[in-house]
Amino acid sequence: MIQISNVSKSYGTFDVLKDCSTTVSKGEVIVVCGPSGSGKSTLIKCVNGLEPFQSGEIIVNGISVGDPKTNLSKLRARVGMVFQNFELFPHMSITDNLAIAQMKVLGRSRDEAVDKGLKLLDRVGLKAHAHKFPGQLSGGQQQRVAIARALAMDPICMLFDEPTSALDPEMVNEVLDVMTELAQEGMTMMCVTHEMGFARRVANRVIFMDHGRIVEDDAKEAFFANPRSERAQQFLAKILHH
Amino acid sequence: MNYQWNWHVFLQPTASGDDVYLGWMLSGLQMTVMLSLSAWVIALLLGALMGVLRTVPNKLLSGLATAYVELFRNIPLLVQLFIWYFVLPELLPEAIGNAFKQSNPVFQQFLAAMVCLGLFTSARVAEQVRSGINSLPRGQKNAGLALGLTLPQTYRFVMLPMAFRLIVPPLTSEFLNIFKNSAVCSTIGLLELAAQGRQLVDYTAQPYESFIAVTVAYVAINVIVMTLMKKMEDKVRVPGYMGGK
Repeated sequence: MIQISNVSKSYGTFDVLKDCSTTVSKGEVIVVCGPSGSGKSTLIKCVNGLEPFQSGEIIVNGISVGDPKTNLSKLRARVGMVFQNFELFPHMSITDNLAIAQMKVLGRSRDEAVDKGLKLLDRVGLKAHAHKFPGQLSGGQQQRVAIARALAMDPICMLFDEPTSALDPEMVNEVLDVMTELAQEGMTMMCVTHEMGFARRVANRVIFMDHGRIVEDDAKEAFFANPRSERAQQFLAKILHH
Repeated sequence: MNYQWNWHVFLQPTASGDDVYLGWMLSGLQMTVMLSLSAWVIALLLGALMGVLRTVPNKLLSGLATAYVELFRNIPLLVQLFIWYFVLPELLPEAIGNAFKQSNPVFQQFLAAMVCLGLFTSARVAEQVRSGINSLPRGQKNAGLALGLTLPQTYRFVMLPMAFRLIVPPLTSEFLNIFKNSAVCSTIGLLELAAQGRQLVDYTAQPYESFIAVTVAYVAINVIVMTLMKKMEDKVRVPGYMGGK
């Protein structure tokens, strides 16, 4: 589904990504973790072309992201993305947030788009809030709407960029529950997150990044039982104690 | 002070006898409002366009928009007005220049004044629009693009609706400025409010009444503009956001 081969990116002399390669197969859930500044968010933004990269290749569903001839909008429409800061559109009601891209990108009628949006809103447990505006919802609720908004496009895979980092601790679980359910239904997911409980529960593989490199790319069991690199051991030792 | 106050002056017939002096004032007021509103339309459209272009990734387009803004922002309004009215007709192809010079003088003055005020203000509006766009969270653009919207669609549906809401207060200032700046156009002979005020002084020797009336008229225009803009600001206020309910 997603093949990342030898991707490198730099800002001037600063290398953000160094020769990163991995693959995500259909139905797999991959958790990407690592210290801040390790390039994990940049890597995931390269997958749908929000960040350009200088060398290497990323193929999503058979389409090369870096190819200048690729219609990126068309590709992005099929790749759902959820952001750290939710990024709902504040001037639109929740219903319109869910419907706008379906109408403008997929050409669905308003009725069809609203109908689909409300179904997904119900699924994330927020149907009662359809008429509200994003500013009237809590962070956790906003993030669940953002997930529903991405799902409304019938994505072939989902990218999560630290979806719980901006949330109050007590709202983390409501978002993780939605993500867990999604993973269990067989959605292909690539998640940048520090929620190791989530990783243990649903991930197939865990990727650990440091200084722009993919240091570990292991099956979940192997990663938690016995990380090979010292850096990953240190990282895990620090965050698993909490 | 031996000034003879005479508020009845406005009801006296003018020297040419075709109207009362109040009529002159009202026609000046009408000219000011027409000029300012038409220039404001130009300023909003061009300003929005240039402000957007200054923020696009394409270096050529953003460079052109920056050059545009700097050009119109850095030359005094009065100088720009003289260039539009006196210099440009000479530089145009002869046929067009002559056609302009032979047209109705009021039309000549109005056209030059409208274009001048419109473009001058558009550079200022462009800066407001640019700052509005730049003050949005960066993720908003990414969120639009990630949903498959094209860049123009992302501007149209995601960024501009919020950017314009954010800049209603500074845009109100620009809207007020355009009415006040329109007084400069009296220098090319356009009979707008300030020019009519001065003409009234020339004919009646009642400067206090005349300029008090002009002042009141400008203040009245601006109170109306402020009230309307405040109404609009409340109307487009986003619930749960920036003091919205």
